[in-house]
Amino acid sequence: MTGHFEGYTPRPATYDEMFDGSDVRRSYTTVRTQIEALSPEDLRARSDYLSSSYLDQGVTFDIGGEERPFPLDIVPRLIDSTSWQAVELGVAQRVKALEAFLADIYGEGQVFRDGVIPRRVVTSSPHFLRPAMGIRPPGGVRVHVAGIDLVRDEQGAFRVLEDNVRIPSGVSYVMTNRRAMSAALPEVFTHHRIRPVAHYPNRLLAALRACAPTGVADPTVVVLTPGVYNPAYFEHALLARLMGVRLVEGGDLVAQAGHVYVRTTHGLHPVHVIYRRVDDDFLDPVHFRRDSVLGVPGLLNAARVGNVTIANAVGNGVADDKLVYTYVPDLIRYYLAQEPVLRNIDTWRMEDPTHREEVLDRLHELVLKPVDGAGGKGIVIGPRATKEQIEELRTRLLADPRGWIAQPVVQLSTVPTFIGGTMAPRHVDLRPFAVHDGERVSVLPGGLTRVALPEGELIVNSSQGGGSKDTWVLSADNPMPEVEPEPAEDGPFHPAIKPAVPPQQEPAPPTSHAQQEQQQLSRSPQPQGDPSC
Amino acid sequence: MLSRIAEALFWIGRYIERAECTSRILDVHLQVLIEDPTIDREATCRSLLAAMGVRYDGEFDQAAVLRLLLHDRSSTASVVSAIEAARESARRSREVVSTEMWEAINTTFNQLSSGQLTRMRPADAFRLVRERSSMIASMADGTLSHDTGWQFLVLGRSIERVDMTARLVLSTTYSPGSASSWQTTLRACGAHHAFTRTYRAIESPRAAAEFLLLDRLFPRSIVFGLTQAAACLEVLDPRQRRLGFGGDAARIIGQARASLDVRSLSDLMSELPREMEALQLVCVEATDAVSKRYFEGAVAPEWLGGTQ
Repeated sequence: MTGHFEGYTPRPATYDEMFDGSDVRRSYTTVRTQIEALSPEDLRARSDYLSSSYLDQGVTFDIGGEERPFPLDIVPRLIDSTSWQAVELGVAQRVKALEAFLADIYGEGQVFRDGVIPRRVVTSSPHFLRPAMGIRPPGGVRVHVAGIDLVRDEQGAFRVLEDNVRIPSGVSYVMTNRRAMSAALPEVFTHHRIRPVAHYPNRLLAALRACAPTGVADPTVVVLTPGVYNPAYFEHALLARLMGVRLVEGGDLVAQAGHVYVRTTHGLHPVHVIYRRVDDDFLDPVHFRRDSVLGVPGLLNAARVGNVTIANAVGNGVADDKLVYTYVPDLIRYYLAQEPVLRNIDTWRMEDPTHREEVLDRLHELVLKPVDGAGGKGIVIGPRATKEQIEELRTRLLADPRGWIAQPVVQLSTVPTFIGGTMAPRHVDLRPFAVHDGERVSVLPGGLTRVALPEGELIVNSSQGGGSKDTWVLSADNPMPEVEPEPAEDGPFHPAIKPAVPPQQEPAPPTSHAQQEQQQLSRSPQPQGDPSC
Repeated sequence: MLSRIAEALFWIGRYIERAECTSRILDVHLQVLIEDPTIDREATCRSLLAAMGVRYDGEFDQAAVLRLLLHDRSSTASVVSAIEAARESARRSREVVSTEMWEAINTTFNQLSSGQLTRMRPADAFRLVRERSSMIASMADGTLSHDTGWQFLVLGRSIERVDMTARLVLSTTYSPGSASSWQTTLRACGAHHAFTRTYRAIESPRAAAEFLLLDRLFPRSIVFGLTQAAACLEVLDPRQRRLGFGGDAARIIGQARASLDVRSLSDLMSELPREMEALQLVCVEATDAVSKRYFEGAVAPEWLGGTQ
């Protein structure tokens, strides 16, 4: 290794996405060469350009009322076409299973009768909303947009960390990162065939329109934001602008007699589809938090009578519950009669007495997560916790076993990151975004790669001092072929191909409860080696 | 057009214009202090702050003027405050404001809020603010569709211009003794060049007042501003009526313009301070009327089929 990557050493027992020992992985060879061709001053200047351009454009997120630019690292994260295909299939498969699950639990509840998941797991979730029972969303879609968090484990395999089918955010950075990087590293760009991401807003708008209430020929779509102090306000504004629709706050909408209208300078205009970025709890003070001023009184009734589509649907949060997460592989087998393409992280359920006993013995070596936490909140990493923290955790676990799951410490993969003038390994995750239009689930090639900027940090989140990387999904014949013309594509944003995984031999006899228990036991994670960080 | 967005655009128009006018005024004011040894410094600073509507109890000197009108973020009359307020409005209407315009506003805010204005030589600071404001205004005109939203922006800009010119003329009347005071006012309005081209180098308070109040072609004259505001209101509410006016704002603006039209210049000159105060009141009332009509969540209450 020479130049910028000289002295770069991947962390032990960690998968580095660029380097395999001291060798550069094939997909990264061109990036490495091209970055090496830059002088130190040049590299630094381009890196500075990224931060200053984000400041100028106001590409920010808000923490406690303070706007901060979202740091973008100069080294892109590459995903080769084979790995991507698995991600694409796996994400689409998961979204379809979660769709079926949500429709089932807010409808017939067949999944309970067939013993795939205990009813109490669902009904005890704080995000299971009874007011949503019996609402059939237009087009049958509840998960219009999904962001499935993935990590690469020590072997480099993508694993699912969590599902976000409420109001996943971050897609705006996928688009702005691409723009900024093509300006910062044009020559590196031109040496790769990178699948574009700019069509996301078109896809999203088409999907939202496709799910409009029946009989509306030209539906009006709006984006509903909690306002400028929401951390993701930048994203709300960007999506509204790129879709060419109105960005509204709760006070701009009014529900009357089962219809929703937007207040304009020329009076009230009907609204048919609300891409809401407001949490369930604040959406409709009639049904949820009465003190909320962010929502619209009467909104849920309008959705119930089918005059307005709320995207994503109300009550989806139950599918994000980390205890429900542990059942998703079974849900995939049950609803789709397929084997999961992407594996979960091995997980212990604290409400299961056998699991609990094992975990309580090993608190100092596991990661404990609250089931309804988001953004890394409340997570306790055993090996890093003090004795007091462990004891406090033990008390909390015993008080509320339903509220926790445990996982082994996964050493997330690393990618070289330009920090303080040198390249250093930093842990990353990946949030691919999927859009469901009622017919197919499209996965945006790439997604948001979040980087934990502090050294060794495993929680990758913007609210915890994270940054991001532009994520390049390479076309199959990368690097640029000499003669091959570009294959015809049906647009830059490929629909997910139907999962190619063959259905199981016997089309999913619903597992009995006993079998279910059996599977749980056999799937409970094996003790790992020293999970030191 | 969403009421909230219309309001945001209206205020972007006002705040950007306010920032530009304030920096012009400060520029000329400082030049006068430097160039004219006979001037009563304290009185000049006092009259300037009074004209800009700033309440202040401390020492009246150049430092206070710069702080209150240029770089103090806690002073609502300062340039920095105006830019910050414009940026906040732009942020609340980001899906409507064009990328170019947003970036122009945002980079200006970033530059100014970092305290740069206090470090720069005042003359450079004024130039920076003038140039950035012009650039933002031009981005608005050049990259937004000239639809309802843009009309609200121009309406805000026009009303602010009338208000600012009225304040300047008023500040001139505070120190009638100074021979150069009308010159100063002309320059503060960016009107010196246009005035000289129109009246040649004839220095007469009467001619200067006539130009700043009544010239139909100069874009910062009061009549020009009122006419433009009226045109915006006409577009925003195009209903043809046989009787009366379309809205309160149109009536208020129309009345003010008619009053300037029908009265003789001598008449106006004799009561200039009162006239200028009346014009500021016109701006306040017109803004209130526009807010009531367009910004307070839509139209007049509708009859809801007996349910109310």
